[in-house]
Amino acid sequence: MEKILEVKDLEVSFQTYGGSVKAVRGVSFDLHKGETLAIVGESGSGKSVTSQTIMKLIPMPPGKITGGQILFNGEDIVPKTDKQMQKIRGKEISMIFQDPMTSLNPTMKVGYQIMEVLIKHQNMSKQAAKARAIELLSLVGIPMPERRVNQYPHEFSGGMRQRVMIAIALAANPKLLIADEPTTALDVTIQAQILDLMKDLQSKMDTSIIFITHDLGVVANVADRVAVMYAGQIVEMGTVDEIFYDPRHPYTWGLLASMPSLDNDDKAELAAIPGTPPDLTNPPKGDAFAARNNYALAIDFEEEPPMYQISETHFAKTWLLHPDAPKVEPPDAVKKRMRQLSSAFKQPVLVKEGN
Amino acid sequence: MAKKLLEIKNLKQHFNIGKPNLVKAVDGITFDIYKGETLGLVGESGCGKSTTGRTIIRLYDATDGQVLFSGEDVHGKKSSKELKNFNRKMQMIFQDPYASLNPRMTVADIIAEGIDIHGLANSKKDRMERVYQLLETVGLNKEHANRYPHEFSGGQRQRIGIARALAVEPDFIIADEPISALDVSIQAQVVNLLKKLQREKGLTYLFIAHDLSMVKYISDRIGVMYFGKLVELATAEDLYNNPMHPYTQSLLSAIPLPDPDTERTRKRKSYDPKVHNYSEKDKVEMREIAPGHFVYCSEKEANQYKAQYVK
Repeated sequence: MEKILEVKDLEVSFQTYGGSVKAVRGVSFDLHKGETLAIVGESGSGKSVTSQTIMKLIPMPPGKITGGQILFNGEDIVPKTDKQMQKIRGKEISMIFQDPMTSLNPTMKVGYQIMEVLIKHQNMSKQAAKARAIELLSLVGIPMPERRVNQYPHEFSGGMRQRVMIAIALAANPKLLIADEPTTALDVTIQAQILDLMKDLQSKMDTSIIFITHDLGVVANVADRVAVMYAGQIVEMGTVDEIFYDPRHPYTWGLLASMPSLDNDDKAELAAIPGTPPDLTNPPKGDAFAARNNYALAIDFEEEPPMYQISETHFAKTWLLHPDAPKVEPPDAVKKRMRQLSSAFKQPVLVKEGN
Repeated sequence: MAKKLLEIKNLKQHFNIGKPNLVKAVDGITFDIYKGETLGLVGESGCGKSTTGRTIIRLYDATDGQVLFSGEDVHGKKSSKELKNFNRKMQMIFQDPYASLNPRMTVADIIAEGIDIHGLANSKKDRMERVYQLLETVGLNKEHANRYPHEFSGGQRQRIGIARALAVEPDFIIADEPISALDVSIQAQVVNLLKKLQREKGLTYLFIAHDLSMVKYISDRIGVMYFGKLVELATAEDLYNNPMHPYTQSLLSAIPLPDPDTERTRKRKSYDPKVHNYSEKDKVEMREIAPGHFVYCSEKEANQYKAQYVK
């Protein structure tokens, strides 16, 4: 499959009075055409910064890309100027934001907000753009698009506004769509509609999607592959089945175990992850998750864990996969969902030493 | 059968009465809350679940109906002494831990405000001791007492909000989306804390949320609201296994589960209020279709539901 995006060892930091915050610390992943990659993690894990960096939307300064490459269609976009980026944003890569209430311009008719993209990137005439805007509105499932095109954002409900956002994002047929918690602000029933819509449009347009969320239920619904982020690093990455049925990293275990499941009726205590995420001005020595990790080994506090490969597509950054590591049992809630996947290697293979 | 702690009878909360933009946020709901149980209230935004909570605790004056707390009406005329007495028994935990703590007060003062108002402490020393005790109960420590809210993370702030609610030793706590603003890993911590407190102190909760999987986990019984009306009320298990009202079914079918296999085969149901096709003669009300399982329906539908109900 064709690779559309390759992120290599990306590092981003922000200068603040308290020192520099290393928000993203060496993230690498790639994305194929037509694929959906979900990035999960808690607030402050660097998932939003990573995706905003791909569009170079982080304010610079105080933000700075301190290392790494972002290859989009084989071209590095890190050294690109703002002017060059404007040709990419909205046309090649576009974004849907979390809050549909604040990401639309309240003083502009929604039709014009869609037309803007078309006029700018596709050199359409005003009339053609308007006709296309109406088409797009009906494509995203907004009834009576001829009338709605002349309305203002406040006349739309939250779910409808998110549909408008999707119409704007897809107007120029982008190759990559970044969706940053697009359904977090919506109700479950509306969320289900928006997710269905995004999947439907993706199959029609063959767009690649990076989907950022902290809801594992949503991940299971939309993703082909999943990257789990913690403290600015990807700690585990694999296909959706590998992450949900054969997770290897204790943080992924923690996330899965802390969610109550609907089918089991036992009222045992939830396995919460103790403590809070670390402060990234001074990232801890060794494994950033060690302090909250019940499975932490002595070496976790000393040396950063290396990345191991468990199958063609499955990677995890934990000392537990080291041949000398003690065998540990994941929490019960996780053990219940574990199954043997045929794709897994016999032994995890070391692919990259920790720094 | 446990004792009824709270009886809500035909409660109505309308806003903008007499104006064209009248909103019937809560439109005649009736339910009981038993002592020591957790009642979950779910529904979409704007269905009136938060308004219900706020009206029960008298943050709003009810338009009509009654809220009886231990047999005593919450609304209606009260002397300030009676009101104070009542406020001590019922407390609230709010959704947004960033907005619900006064940024200019120390944690000790925030927690002790109720203690001061009700004169629960005999001396300054006693007051601080109570604060330390409460901080410990919610999993913080006493060094935190002299800090300000901005020094805490979201999960820690929510713990402070819980300590504040516990300070006056209430019987009943309304938790209005207490975990919606928190991260997944922190949500479980707060929910575990709430359950622990319930076990130790015999508290009764009204738990308002839209995250159905968490509601099912924490609640004994669940009420589903739609447009200001309670459409279904049953025990947590019964509601998930035998959802009767079409709205409940659509709500349940929309929850994404952290399991790729079920997600691939998911069939989503949508709800259209027109399916009921009520005529004017139909008397639509809460009917018991199985022991403890109430559905808002007409008589004809009730018979249908009874037939469908599987044990």
